[in-house]
Formats: sequence, C-alpha cells, structure tokens
Amino acid sequence: MARTDLTRSAPEIGEIERRRWMFRHPAVIRITHWVNAVCLLVLLMSGLQIFNAHPALYWGNVSTFDTPLMAMSSTEDEPPKGVTTVFGRGFETTGWLGSSTGSNGEPADRGFPAWATLPSDQDLTGGRSWHFFFAWAFVLNGLAYLLYGLVSGQLRFRVIPSRDQLRHFGASVREHLTLRFPQGDEAKRYNVIQKLTYLVVLFVLLPVQVLAGLAMSPAMNAAFPFLLTLFDGRQSARTVHFVVAALLVLFVVVHVALVLLSGFWNNMRGMLTGWFVIERKVEPAGATEQPRA
Amino acid sequence: MSRLPSRRALLTGASATAAAAMLGGCDRLGNAAWFQRTLKTGEDANLFVQRLLLTERSLAPEYTAADLSPWFKPNGTEDPPDKDYKALAKGKFAKYHLEVGGLVEAPFRLSLAELRTLPARTQITRHDCVEGWSAIGQWTGVPLADLLTRAKLKPEARYVVFHCADTMDQGNPLEGGGDGAETDAAAPAGNANPAMTKQSGDGESRTDSGGQQASEESAVSGGAPVRYYESIDLVDAFHPQTILAYDLNGKALPVSNGAPLRLRVERNLGYKQAKYVMRIEVVEGFAHLGEGKGGYWEDQGYAWYAGI
Repeated sequence: MARTDLTRSAPEIGEIERRRWMFRHPAVIRITHWVNAVCLLVLLMSGLQIFNAHPALYWGNVSTFDTPLMAMSSTEDEPPKGVTTVFGRGFETTGWLGSSTGSNGEPADRGFPAWATLPSDQDLTGGRSWHFFFAWAFVLNGLAYLLYGLVSGQLRFRVIPSRDQLRHFGASVREHLTLRFPQGDEAKRYNVIQKLTYLVVLFVLLPVQVLAGLAMSPAMNAAFPFLLTLFDGRQSARTVHFVVAALLVLFVVVHVALVLLSGFWNNMRGMLTGWFVIERKVEPAGATEQPRA
Repeated sequence: MSRLPSRRALLTGASATAAAAMLGGCDRLGNAAWFQRTLKTGEDANLFVQRLLLTERSLAPEYTAADLSPWFKPNGTEDPPDKDYKALAKGKFAKYHLEVGGLVEAPFRLSLAELRTLPARTQITRHDCVEGWSAIGQWTGVPLADLLTRAKLKPEARYVVFHCADTMDQGNPLEGGGDGAETDAAAPAGNANPAMTKQSGDGESRTDSGGQQASEESAVSGGAPVRYYESIDLVDAFHPQTILAYDLNGKALPVSNGAPLRLRVERNLGYKQAKYVMRIEVVEGFAHLGEGKGGYWEDQGYAWYAGI
C-alpha cells in the first residue's frame, strides 16, 4: 500500500502532536461501503413501508391477529390516537406509531410515519419494488466486498481480533466508554470492540437478515424448507427480520456517533479518499523518534 | 472545543435538510417511469432466480390438522356485489358452471356437482398475504392439471387466466373501503377497494394504495366494471399443488373465502389465489386483458410473479 509520512509539528499544551498520513481504505472498500450505506437506508425505509401494510408481528407460522407480539393501531377517537402494543401492553405513540400526520396534513392510520417510509405515502407495491431492487444491489455489493476482502486479506486484517487485542479486551471497553480513542500505532487497526462488532454485523446480522427475508417467500419455502425450520415459521421469520433491522439501525446509530466523536472530517476523508491521519502523541521532554511500525 | 457545538449544529441542520430533500427526491424518482422500470428489474430477477432454484415439482410445505388457523382471514372481496353472483349464491351454486376454454382443443363446462365427482386433492397449506400475514387452511379441490389435460392445450398456450365473479371497480365504494385517509382522498372514485383488506374490527389491517396511477387509468378507461382476474404460467398451472378448491377445512368454501371455487396456487402470495372463479381461459399472452399486466392487482402495480 502507498504510505507517506508527512510529519508536522503542532505544539499544544504540554505535548507535541505529530500527524502521520495513512492510506487506510482501498477503493473497493470505500465504494462498497457507500453503496451499502445507500442500500441499507433504502431497505430500511421501504421495509417499514411494507411492514405498514400489516403493522403487527407474530411468532410461529401463522398470524394470530388477536395476540400479536407487537402491533400498531389507531383508536376511533377524534383525532385518532396511535397505540403500540408490545407483549400485550399498550403504549400511546400518537404522531409516531399507529397514527401520524400524512402527506395531506390529515391524521393517517399507519404503523410508521410518512417521513420514515419509502415511498412516503401508503404504497405497498411501491415499497416492494424499492425493497427487492435494493435487496439485490445489497447482496451483490456485499458479495463483492467479501470476495475482495478475502482475496486481499483486508477482511482478516479488519475484523479478526489479534491475541493481544483479545487479552486487553477489558481495557479496550474502558477506553471506549470514556471515549478515549486509540492513537499512534493502535489507531492503524480497528480495536477489539470494533472488530467484534463488524464481525457480528458482517457474519451474523446481515446473513440472518437475508435468510429471514428469503424465509418469507412462499416459493423459497418450497425450494428450501429448512428456512422455515431455521426461523420456527414464516411469521417468526418476519419478526426476526424486523428485530434484526432494528439491531442494524442501532449499529448504524453507534457507528455514526463514533465517527462524529472520533474526528468526523478525518473519518470522512478516510472513507472518501482513503487517506486517514494518525495522531501521535509524544511527551515533550526527552521525546525522540518513536519506532516506526 | 467551543467550535464544536456550532459545527455539530451545522451538521445536524445540514443532514436534516438533506434528509428531507432526499425523501421528496425519492418519491419523485419513484414516480418517474424510467425509474419504476429500473426498480422492476429487481422483481424480474426474483422470477428468474426462483424459477432456477425451484423444480417444477418443488412442493410448498404442507401442515397437519393441528396447525390449522382457527379463523381463515378473508381478504379483498368478501361478498361480491354482483347480481348474477348473488343469484348463484342464493341457489347454493346449484346453477354454477365452470367454463374451461381459450386455446384448447376441447372446451367444456362443469357444474359444481360434476367437479366434486372428479379425483380430488386435499392439502393443508399456508396462505401468505402480500401484506405480511399468514393463515393455514385445508383445501380440497380438483387439480388444475387434470382440467387442462382434459381440455387439451393447443401448442401456443402459455398462460392460464382465471376470470372471477367479483366486480372490483364500479365507480363507488362497495363497503367499508379501507381506511383511505391518505390513499383514497387523492384518487378518483374509480378504485372501489384499493386494498386487499377491508378495515376489520380489530383495526389491525391496513390498506395500501396499490398504485394510484393505475387506478386513474382504470377510471379513465371508463364505465365497464372491472372484475377480478389473475393469470399463471404453465409451470404453476401444472404444479401438483395447484388446485381449484371447493372445500375449506372439510366444509364447502364460504362466500367470504371465494365460494364456490377458488384457485390455490401454492408457492405464491395471496393475490394469485383467485376467488369466485367462473371461467378459465388458456391464452398465449395477457396483453389484451384489463390493463395488460396479467391480473387485477398486477394492473395496480403489483408484480406478476408473486413467489416472494
């Protein structure tokens, strides 16, 4: 990999900060990252549109209608109230879930609100078209990433924690919680929590999400009956698909928050151009060259 | 550090604006014909890949009597408003005849009693609505393959069309008409039941707009009532689990579930399972029927292939 060292002194209080450029993200990783980001956003919003066609979740093969695990509905009041029921307990969620303002300004009976769905108006067939197209894009993009990652060794370097990283797991957690981010050589690679998170997202959440999606297809059930066994039924698969989508949202929220907190422009430059700056902290007194990694 | 909040505020503001612009942009994009065609390639890929993965004999999972749904949720039309149909129903369908014709050597008509004397298949299968819910029912009926074999398909036969008794678009809502707050208000009164759901008492069902563009077209195409119809290709038509069912859970099919005869084409979503089937027409293509998309819901924008 091309790597240049541009050292520059920027004296700050009590320490000397050295900046070093590092080519961190190869083009394939950058492209697949942004394609993936667009796919996940469209899949989420069109998925909520599809969910809105029957905003209730069940376990097993069939819908019990009267006893959903979770359901969103609206009341007969004027104006209607939105109610979300989870495990039999009702919560008022007016304006967000069950009942919210539609594009015409009137209250609408809908699971998720218009701003969260694609298309924004109630349009199941439109949502399905978006969802299937971007599902294919997501899968092909993901396969390209995996293939490149395996062949180039990037995947192993990025997501498999080293022994010493696993040994210092506790310290890494403490660093994370106090928002102290690794510097110097440690910043060149992902830390153990990042690696384990990416490992779980890449090899657990995303594959489970695809399989749960396929398990909802009656034709796929005929081709691969084990899909139903795997998820304990079609309605369970739909519930798993929903829950995993929520976990992926959680991942993205934390991911974006940490991108913002650990140096937004540096991270963005890294994922757009590939170039990332490593901050090195050197004690001012008696500090000489640190060994280069 | 004092710079941070303003930068953060700037970023938040910028992303909120970008998000709003993107949402509007996506809706406009989704209405553009070229983009709709692009999106539809996803659904074309579904058909292509699933036809590769499934053999003609791959069976939909079958269940046991213990798995039966206590209530088989009816959907779409639950009580056809048509006079002819009401008269047939009043006479317990004694005067009902199923017509089989089109591109066949030997068209024929069969009464319900005659259909019941033919070799039957009983299967307990899961019904998956495009909206997302599922129900399990036991269906008894005549394998469609037997009827098609008896009628002897002509070489150019490619699709089987099911013409149904229930009128969908009549100019005014039939009943209930769904929640409609968003979807119907803007749409002209042409699409009587824009959803496959009528609002049920528990308020769990939701409607979908089913494509307002198509409903405008059908309103323009004017006066003639549009009846439900569906089409399947010969792969599905000759599938061993494709039957014309007259019994549900061991009893005569109720009107709400499609009496006297409905299609069960397992491995497909609910909108393919045409109810109130009156006539079977074997065709080479379906461009001349309805809006030319191969079915009532297909004409409203739904994919012709309903395997997913």
